[in-house]
Amino acid sequence: MTTTPIRGLGHPVKRKEDPRFIRGKGTYVDDIKLPGMLYLDIVRSPYAHARIKRIDASRALAMPGVVDVITGAELEKAGLAWMPTLMSDRQMVLPTDRVVYYAQEVAAVVATDRYTAADAVLAVEVEYEPLTPVLDPFKALEPDAPLVRPDREQKTNHIWHWEAGDKEKTDRIFQEAEVVVSQDLYIPRIHVCSIETCGCVVNYDRATDKLTIWMTSQAPHAHRTVFSLVSGIPEHKIRIISPDIGGGFGGKVPVYPGYVIATYAALKLGKPVKWIEDRSENLQADSFARDYHIHAELAATRDGKIRAMRVHTVADHGAFDAAANPSKFPAGLFSVCTGSYDMEAAHVAVDGVYTNKPPGGVAYRCSFRVTEAVHTIERMVDILADELGMDPAEIRFKNFIRPEQFPYKSPTGWEYDSGNYPATLQKALDAIGYQELRREQAERRARGELMGIGISTFTEIVGAGPSHTFDILGIKMFDSAEIRVHPTGSAIVRIGVQTQGQGHETTFAQIVAEELGLPVENIIVEHGDTDTAPYGLGTYASRSTPTAGAATAVAARKIREKARLIAAHLLEVSPDDLEWRDYAFRVKGAPDRFKTMQEIAFAAYTNFPQGLEGGLEAVCYYDPPNLTFPFGAYVCVVDIDRGTGQVKVREFLAVDDCGTIINPMIVEGQIHGGLTMGLAPALFEEIVYDENGTMLTGTFMDYLLPTAMETPHWKTDKTVTPSPHHPLGAKGVGESPTIGAPPAIVNAVVDALSHLGVRHIDIPITPARVYQILLEKGVAE
Amino acid sequence: MERVPIQLTVNGQPYQAEVEPRMLLVHVIRDVLNLTGTHIGCDTTSCGACTVLWDGRPVKSCTVFAVQADGGEIQTVEGLERDGQLHPVQEGFWEEHGLQCGFCTPGMMMTAVALLQENPDPSEEEIRKAISGNLCRCTGYVNIVKAIQYAARKMRETAPAAAGIAGGE
Repeated sequence: MTTTPIRGLGHPVKRKEDPRFIRGKGTYVDDIKLPGMLYLDIVRSPYAHARIKRIDASRALAMPGVVDVITGAELEKAGLAWMPTLMSDRQMVLPTDRVVYYAQEVAAVVATDRYTAADAVLAVEVEYEPLTPVLDPFKALEPDAPLVRPDREQKTNHIWHWEAGDKEKTDRIFQEAEVVVSQDLYIPRIHVCSIETCGCVVNYDRATDKLTIWMTSQAPHAHRTVFSLVSGIPEHKIRIISPDIGGGFGGKVPVYPGYVIATYAALKLGKPVKWIEDRSENLQADSFARDYHIHAELAATRDGKIRAMRVHTVADHGAFDAAANPSKFPAGLFSVCTGSYDMEAAHVAVDGVYTNKPPGGVAYRCSFRVTEAVHTIERMVDILADELGMDPAEIRFKNFIRPEQFPYKSPTGWEYDSGNYPATLQKALDAIGYQELRREQAERRARGELMGIGISTFTEIVGAGPSHTFDILGIKMFDSAEIRVHPTGSAIVRIGVQTQGQGHETTFAQIVAEELGLPVENIIVEHGDTDTAPYGLGTYASRSTPTAGAATAVAARKIREKARLIAAHLLEVSPDDLEWRDYAFRVKGAPDRFKTMQEIAFAAYTNFPQGLEGGLEAVCYYDPPNLTFPFGAYVCVVDIDRGTGQVKVREFLAVDDCGTIINPMIVEGQIHGGLTMGLAPALFEEIVYDENGTMLTGTFMDYLLPTAMETPHWKTDKTVTPSPHHPLGAKGVGESPTIGAPPAIVNAVVDALSHLGVRHIDIPITPARVYQILLEKGVAE
Repeated sequence: MERVPIQLTVNGQPYQAEVEPRMLLVHVIRDVLNLTGTHIGCDTTSCGACTVLWDGRPVKSCTVFAVQADGGEIQTVEGLERDGQLHPVQEGFWEEHGLQCGFCTPGMMMTAVALLQENPDPSEEEIRKAISGNLCRCTGYVNIVKAIQYAARKMRETAPAAAGIAGGE
């Protein structure tokens, strides 16, 4: 019998994936090298909008080492010039007649090494006839605007209109409201910039007729299905392997043209082909996030009770709607924008628009447009507080959904599973010393110093999702786990989601350890290989724990039920006489008579009861009954330099509630990282184009990721309100901080300037932007 | 293109290679020597994923031509572990959850090794400054700082007395 500790839920188990990473022995896509492998590089458009008059590859093809140049004309013959996006739009793989955004793929070069491929890219001659680009989504909606997508039947740049909530009731409340506040907010275009860019290695084995693609994919199974449907290659002849992935954050959910071209090239040339983006390509052409132009209004009573919310948003999707939302949600879960507050009604409308900018609308460590939603409500609540002269904490306490109101039906139709918002905010305020900070602020303000305190009390919505509502291209958003217990009591777990740094190999082992009473060391987790892992929709939108985590728990419980029968056989009692307690099946009333899972596992192969199948394994495809709603209360303290406009985050406390915690060390790490990806767009990051649609922020010299110098020493704390419908009570945590942090920071900056009449500042709050305000208000030094 | 012979000592092993003069050190390390622990993240000397030690000093190997390093001694992440014993920096990153996706980790650790050679007892501020040329998108840096502090402690505890004096204590 084992004496090794189980270390299931709640243990800060050191990560199982780390020994390979700290030795430099991870296997990322660019680490894969196959004999005879060719390198693919891409010719990109210098124009945001242009007609292609001619492509001449002869000079490139004459260069030693250049094997092929692939154009849209060739792909068109193969039926591959276009591909479907995950949002039922279509996207050019390579263009046949026109380019519609800067840095768009125009042709591909295949060569024997990456240097030659890069040389050949420069040697491909493309003649363009520049067309007028349309870059502003509002201008794109004007009747005489240049048409971004003449390939569509509808001759307009308007893609879709989507709404949620009760318009009539909302309008009625606004008409009779005592107080109405309104604000335009722009959430700019940003980019996830995982430190590993995207890429793939494609190998077609003629002998086995099998296509293997190592791909930087957050959703290998869905990608395999798309590849099969688009190419006609039977799905069992395609194997997609998502090996070690250097960060995803949503950027590795879409299928990019490079993957398709590399696959075409490998099939055509009969040799392995590698395509790896460089950073500029990644920043310039891969799916962006955000780019929401929001007009928001709140209706309230004079004493600060919010009655209704009205939001209209124009969503700039670039040239193709290549977002990665569930099919029925073109604006993602943006309608969760009523946030943590109880109100009578809400109405949210979003219009998607094409412009001559790169396609997308993916997440940036965010569950389908929730960041935009949270930013809106958390800013609007502060604006309302400012209008009424209330404290931002007070107005939140006054409007919170009360703990006894859960499960809470929101005015836009969501059912929040559980929450205790007042307790979490109170904990944050007490821990940071809110009243003392307010006193300090008053003193500093009297001395002319600019100090601000910002609060954000967000509600996240993750875990997509229930099959009745959530699908991507028709594939329901369940997720899966397979567990096999070996005779000696160790186990392998295979899951339909996969890690890009979240630590699944550790946390999913902990779930099984907890459920089966097997030491975590003896459990191995595999994922990311479509030939071996069960089908799942992948890891994004904080869905791994709510979906596949639940599947893992349920599969383990199926194993336990079978184990009960074997234990009864071994102990010669009825299965009903056994109870699972302290990681063993024990005879009720005689707890010293028991069988551990290790003993039962051996019997499952050597001594199982007649009529029972041998072996000990189970599969679960888990269809979540609802989404989960993690939440938190963040408090940020900033100081502003009147001489430079520089905002310094002096202190930041994040109190998160993600339900049951599987591994507190990993949860804390996720929160640190998420907060930093909230800080980034709040203060630094923005994708900027010039008037021609040329991207001005195409390297890390111009697109500023926070370094260790700008990033504060995050402080974290927690409350635990389990999800009532998740088998473990867990909710997911990876993205909460990214959605919760930006409004806390912005609210702090605005708070520092509120006495000067500042009520809102759009992100990123750069020193230049702040200094301009200081100049206007006459307080710059 | 013409090729130039170079000699490098990488993790104590001598290597000879013939490379194009324009070939970057990082490509020699990864593609010629097959030491793929050193990563490429940005191409503009910004992210530090490709950091290696060149004659003991941290450099971003995407911005060094291999021919420049001719005759030099290179240390990569693969050279940190000695005789089956993790380097204290590796141990610290594991203990303190200083990595998530692991992509920036080798470069981050090499920078940390160089820092601790120069400054055995760095403050948090000094650590943050030292790693400010290495971008991490996952961790938010807090645990990386802790990992380096862990390594500093461990190295001071196990270092010979002379090293302690050099640390100024």
